[in-house]
Amino acid sequence: MSHRDDRAPSGRRNFIRTSLAAVGGMALPGFATRAMAADNHPAIGTWPAGAEGNSVFIGIAVPRTGTYAVQGEDELKGWQLAIEHLNSGDSLIRRISPRTKKGVLGKEVKYGAADSAAKPNNAVQAEQRFITENHAILMTGSTSSAVAVAMNKLAQREKVLYVTGISGSNDTTGKDCVRYGFRQNFYGQTAAAAIGPVLVKAYGKGKKAAYMTPDYTYGHTVTKSMQDYLATAGWTTATNQVSPLGAPDYSSYLLNVANSGADVLINVNWGHDAVLSIQQAQRFGIFDKMKLAVPYQIPFLAPEVGGGLLAGVYAATDFWWTLEDKYPLAKLFVQSFEKRWGYKPEWGANNAYMSFAFWADAVENAGSFYPPDVIKSFEAGRKLQSTVGEVYFRKEDHQLVRPVVIVQGKKPNEMKNKEDFWNVVEIVPGEALMQKPDAFGCNLGDYT
Amino acid sequence: MITWSNFVSQLFNGLALGALLALISSGLTIIYGTLGVLNLAHGAMFMLGGYAGYAAYQATNSFVLAVIAGSVALLLVGVVLERVLVRHFYSRPHEDQLLVTFGLAIVIVEAVRFFFGSESRSVPAPASLSGITSLGFAMYPTYRIALMGIIAVALFALFVVLYRTRLGMIVRAGIEDAVMVDSLGINVYRVFMVVFGIGAMAAGFAGIVNAPVVSLTPEVGETILVQTFVVVVIGGVGSFPGAILGGLIAGEIISLTSMVNPGYAYVMLFAAMTLVLMVRPHGLMGQPGRE
Repeated sequence: MSHRDDRAPSGRRNFIRTSLAAVGGMALPGFATRAMAADNHPAIGTWPAGAEGNSVFIGIAVPRTGTYAVQGEDELKGWQLAIEHLNSGDSLIRRISPRTKKGVLGKEVKYGAADSAAKPNNAVQAEQRFITENHAILMTGSTSSAVAVAMNKLAQREKVLYVTGISGSNDTTGKDCVRYGFRQNFYGQTAAAAIGPVLVKAYGKGKKAAYMTPDYTYGHTVTKSMQDYLATAGWTTATNQVSPLGAPDYSSYLLNVANSGADVLINVNWGHDAVLSIQQAQRFGIFDKMKLAVPYQIPFLAPEVGGGLLAGVYAATDFWWTLEDKYPLAKLFVQSFEKRWGYKPEWGANNAYMSFAFWADAVENAGSFYPPDVIKSFEAGRKLQSTVGEVYFRKEDHQLVRPVVIVQGKKPNEMKNKEDFWNVVEIVPGEALMQKPDAFGCNLGDYT
Repeated sequence: MITWSNFVSQLFNGLALGALLALISSGLTIIYGTLGVLNLAHGAMFMLGGYAGYAAYQATNSFVLAVIAGSVALLLVGVVLERVLVRHFYSRPHEDQLLVTFGLAIVIVEAVRFFFGSESRSVPAPASLSGITSLGFAMYPTYRIALMGIIAVALFALFVVLYRTRLGMIVRAGIEDAVMVDSLGINVYRVFMVVFGIGAMAAGFAGIVNAPVVSLTPEVGETILVQTFVVVVIGGVGSFPGAILGGLIAGEIISLTSMVNPGYAYVMLFAAMTLVLMVRPHGLMGQPGRE
């Protein structure tokens, strides 16, 4: 018998689950005729092939396994709800996209969902397949900015529109922005500019901060934005603990944090990494010495971390369900989502829903699926109604100008129900939070 | 940052990390050494032990019962898998063995995801071992200190089984030359079953005693598996003492590198493995040419 085989494991599973769902009502032939008649352009990307039948196809590459799986499943539910609402012509989606009747330009929306495991290669391969086999007219996905940046490049190369899932890196609509990519959610720069003043007000000027940073574009840009903002209030960086995505243990990083003499721990880790690093930080007694802040909030963080560890902790986020008290559309969204899925939506699901609703609005206003027309429709700067009030896309970098929500963790005895984890302390208008459109080196590229 | 107290803290932490890696790696290396099967499902078994213990903890609220359940469940899983699946691959090429255990890992992970979901699950440390202990140079979680003792006892028990019992003698003989053991009239296949069970049990035990340190997710075994392979390669494939030495070295590399530059902690681990492969291809305590 041979005992020799020193080969390392040959790569990771390339496990893609594809599900096809046909939902909603039938397309109205009259609309289809009108849409096609308006289009008189040479073929580009998956157009017109992807828009010729009674339905259009959206390719979704979302992490259903790995460090970001929990957040990915939540996002997927948001997209699924949006597709159901589009196909049925639900009143909520029609308040966001007023021209929507049923479907998009009368065509039923179908989709396929593949597991990206938050890995760029997996996501790109899955979407490439959706483009080739299904003539996907729109792509989405990402709970990791590394995926979003890779998808941006694919979108621009293949000339197929891409709306990001969760992506917090400045690069997504900064140096890696593309003509074919659009982002709905907040990001490092706006997170830092929104939560920075809150932290300075709460903890004072001239403090020392320890950072925990995941080692990819999201982590680096969010940490940099926080450092830059807080430096204006005299804060310094005591240490920056960079760790790989999905690190199995944070003890050695936490010892460095504990020995750094910092006043505040700014944890930029995300997904399960954030859960684990916060739980372990507590076990190392770090919160006896320093405060915790989460500049880019993680869906389900509070229930997963447990034990009231986030009580009093400030975080910046995109959406929290108690905004339903302030915004009528948020109330409708929370009600619809909870009815469909049985829990209050987190911000990943809200982001997913809104990004499809905005896409539908852009297509309806363009009157065509022809990508350059849809892009120009996005770029028109129309005021859009959303679950956080009026918003619009900035034409220079395709970033939605939207408020950032500052929340603070509740103590367990302050919670009114089992999902009442955060208290909304401030809704910071978006415009003043954003960098100048060219500050991060965005060059959108060509339409065709 | 390099300060004296941080250095001592990290040195200590490296020992704690290394102990866990040693325990998981020992199961992997015993199985490989005896059966010649590189078990890519070892990480999944580590995870499954954690979840089996978690389920037992939920039912009984007892950490001790959780540890027993995690270990026994994996012993049984190991024995059953060896009987119905793995044994059919002893005489097949290594590629087939890799593929079948790789596939097995996927099945185990997804089955756990199906029943428990992707959300992380926590098994709290027993009340007497929770809290923080001041070591003078650092504040350290009490359970992690206790865990080093727990692992030391477990490794000693494995050592006794391997080096002080008749079964251990056969296993070690099997590692050296399975064909010869077979021709001496010993039923190696029964030994193989026991060895696979013990290896799986070691993974399951490690999974549940480590559960209070990490929070359980279906992927918890995946990242640790990669490190475990590095440990086995550094220590010497098939060598039980090598797994312990390799584990401690890996733990110290991760911990001490992170003191200088945390971004390079895992890079240095692989650099060390490369160095060992270049200088001593059979590992620090492995024997060259063992078949």
